[in-house]
Amino acid sequence: MTIIENRPNTVIGTRLLRREDPALLTGEGKYTSDLNIPGALHMAVLRSPHASATIVKIDTKAAAALPGVVAVYTGADLQSMWAAPMPCAWAVTTDMKNPPHYPLAAKLVCYVGDGVVAILATSETVSRDALDLIDVEYEVHKPVVNVEEALGDKIIVHADLGTNKSYTWPLKIEATPGCVDEAFKNAAFKVSERYVQQRLLPMAMEPRAIAAVPQPFGGDITLYSSTQVPHILKVMTALTLGIPEHQMRVIAPSVGGGFGSKLNVYAEELLCVALARKHKLPVRWVEERSENSYATIHGRGQVQYVELAADKNGKLTAVRVRIVADMGAYLQLVTPGIPILGAFLYAGVYDIPQAYDFECVGIFTNLTPTDAYRGAGRPEATYAIETAMDALARQMGIDPFELRKRNYIKKEQFPYTAFSGLTYDSGDHLLAAEKAVALADYAGIRAKQAEQNVDGAKKRLGVGMVSYFEMCGLAPSRVLASLNYSAGGWESATVRVLPTAKVQVVTGTSPHGQGHETSWAMIASEKLGIPVEDIDVLHSDTAIAPLGLDTYGSRSLPVGGVAIAGACDKVIDKARLIAAHQLECSAEDLEFAGGVFSVKGSPDRAVPMAALAFAAFTAHNLPDGLEPNLEAQYTYDPPNFSWPFGTHICVLEIDIETGKVDVLKYVAVDDCGVQINPLIVEGQVHGGVVQGLAQALFEEAVHDSDGNLKNGTLAEYLVPAACDVPSITTSFTVTPSPTNQLGVKGIGEAGTIGAAPAVMNAVVDALSGLGITHMDMPASPKNVWLAIQAASSK
Amino acid sequence: MMKVNITVNGAPTEGEIEPRTLLVHYIREHLNLTGTNIGCDTSSCGACTVHLNGEAVKSCTILAVQADGDKVDTIEGLSKDGVMHPMQQAFMENHGLQCGYCTPGMVMAAIGLLNENPNPSEQEVRLGLEGNLCRCTGYHNIVKSVLAAAGKN
Repeated sequence: MTIIENRPNTVIGTRLLRREDPALLTGEGKYTSDLNIPGALHMAVLRSPHASATIVKIDTKAAAALPGVVAVYTGADLQSMWAAPMPCAWAVTTDMKNPPHYPLAAKLVCYVGDGVVAILATSETVSRDALDLIDVEYEVHKPVVNVEEALGDKIIVHADLGTNKSYTWPLKIEATPGCVDEAFKNAAFKVSERYVQQRLLPMAMEPRAIAAVPQPFGGDITLYSSTQVPHILKVMTALTLGIPEHQMRVIAPSVGGGFGSKLNVYAEELLCVALARKHKLPVRWVEERSENSYATIHGRGQVQYVELAADKNGKLTAVRVRIVADMGAYLQLVTPGIPILGAFLYAGVYDIPQAYDFECVGIFTNLTPTDAYRGAGRPEATYAIETAMDALARQMGIDPFELRKRNYIKKEQFPYTAFSGLTYDSGDHLLAAEKAVALADYAGIRAKQAEQNVDGAKKRLGVGMVSYFEMCGLAPSRVLASLNYSAGGWESATVRVLPTAKVQVVTGTSPHGQGHETSWAMIASEKLGIPVEDIDVLHSDTAIAPLGLDTYGSRSLPVGGVAIAGACDKVIDKARLIAAHQLECSAEDLEFAGGVFSVKGSPDRAVPMAALAFAAFTAHNLPDGLEPNLEAQYTYDPPNFSWPFGTHICVLEIDIETGKVDVLKYVAVDDCGVQINPLIVEGQVHGGVVQGLAQALFEEAVHDSDGNLKNGTLAEYLVPAACDVPSITTSFTVTPSPTNQLGVKGIGEAGTIGAAPAVMNAVVDALSGLGITHMDMPASPKNVWLAIQAASSK
Repeated sequence: MMKVNITVNGAPTEGEIEPRTLLVHYIREHLNLTGTNIGCDTSSCGACTVHLNGEAVKSCTILAVQADGDKVDTIEGLSKDGVMHPMQQAFMENHGLQCGYCTPGMVMAAIGLLNENPNPSEQEVRLGLEGNLCRCTGYHNIVKSVLAAAGKN
């Protein structure tokens, strides 16, 4: 397979500035809430203030009487409009419990924020004013908000189910029956840890926004939404509302970040479409930030029990994992599958035998549903194995890097068939780790630490390391089938060379900050030999790009980008036939380089792609039977996930009097195979690292025992600002993926996967001299201070 | 309803508005200048930062009537004859934006910062942008952009 790498004069691999930027920098970019839609009605949603309650009575009279209010709907009013409950696309087990979930609650509210009434008004202000005039009488029940308490079924979220357990998903892989137990019995060293993956608020800077616009002809409706998944949204909205799919069009205008939180089908999207159809008028909704904190999904929310067994040299011999995963009150689009995405990664980058015992239970609580958040299952898994590895190193009294070296899958073992049967495509963990160690001056830091962290030291130095795999590029359709996911994992692309040799690339990916327009044009330019500025990239509109599976799971490049390369190949194959016809030679005699076909050995006999595009358009003289025009559609179903990897090192200092953590240095060495645009790759790493670091040090959605979110605004929920985070040293190794023609792997989630455990390993490392061996996230000043006090009073 | 006269991007504007109208709503809804974004409801995120009489302010913290008679500059007014402001150019060249939602506010805040301190250190840039949140870039390239605009890279 040809890998595009180190070719002279290539576009791929250059730091091309983003074509997306001028519009976004000048205010010309249009997000959904920026669209000017004359005559639109504005929707506002009244939400439950209770985590568990029965709706006794709703009085909407005063709201309906407010001038400007057009209509007021309760859940009961709308019940007949739904052809199906809200979708969950991932029944992880055949007996998974999935309580029916409707856009407005009709009888029971199950979390604070559950929608109760929808108001339509002629302005946004009036729609919100009217919310205050609605009187709802509730019979309030005691909620269950702690996932491990919910496991006990003393309080049941959905009484009809008789249990809070949605599913139990086991993955037990043993070379011989009982070998996991055996390994733990014979282990020279054992680690047993409990980790909490606190709930996080995704906090994309653009809150969600929606506009559903009925079209004047044919009964069609266009849904504009701040979504990552216009294609999935189209199918699901059609099914949920009983609209013929071909009459639904979904457009994602500029989208202000997603991080998984816009990978969903939300109640408000369904409400806007349903009410726009009912009123035959556009209906729009803009989420407020504090509304976003409970109406948009939360991330993480897991309790992890992790056990490692190792021989006397520290070589891992078995891994045992039990997860209690907080689903929240309902299953959103892929809620139950999120912890399962991590199920294969609890052995990390290490060479372990087939002695792996994983089980996850999905549990309902009276809180906002959880779902995908940057990394989705894989940061949680990486955190568990990588912090447990440090615990093992501490127990053995050896350096964490030394322990990792003893366990890494070695370069020569790739492609590596893992315990799970999955094949890791390519990797060189030691190379990436050694590079990170050198950049961080690991030995120097250790020496300084020995000097600094003496008895009585007020500031303690810590260093933490993580080596990770990111299983991404979702996903081979057959693997998804084996996981009971209800869609495939392919991606589609169409490449169209217009008569004037300008090119349209149509992609099924749906960017929201990742720079696809720039990168996809680079891929097509490289393949077709047409200047990058002559290539336009069309996306995020199901009428223009009808086939696609959108953007999440670091899939866009290793699936969608490769689809574009494949579509270009088909275009080139067709152009080759026309070129052979014009040059009166056989197609096999032609070579194609720099956008020109020439006869091998006689470079004078040549024809450029531009001339062939025009010839294909006029169709005056094409080979017999060849269709006019130069256009090809290609769908790529990846044969494997892509497996980016790397090593991150965090160096920090902790003031033991205040508990404040200062990150002094963060080194990220990542390997995502061939890089299309290193500028964009670095940006993905920077942003990912800070999101992971934010989980480690700052962020946590805190609920009281009644299920109220106590920090649901940006004044209280600590999304870090520039002064809270360090600059990041990024570096790379390049190990091409052998599974796709571009040699690429994903990079969108790697930073987040690496950062939280790197920071927390550094925190515990800094405090280990005080007898601290464990710290829950976030390592806020308060939590660190409390841990220090507890340790010193022992 | 109240009348306001505000000069926006050098042009006089006049509006009849509810007294409770925030400056950001006046800019977005009455003038249809949607480059100024709204990212929160607690004046925390800075996405709505504009210049009021030359100073960077969060336009969600001010009532439109408070800006009566004043000069407001928004992101739309920065580029001249199709040429971007040096700060916009610096953000483009240093990949200082991804999704772009915080960007107009971040650019306006960054210009305000350099107006006050034309020669900031990295730490001064980080502290100076404390009121503007970004979820995509990790701030690394934003800081780099601002330092570049200050002639420091």
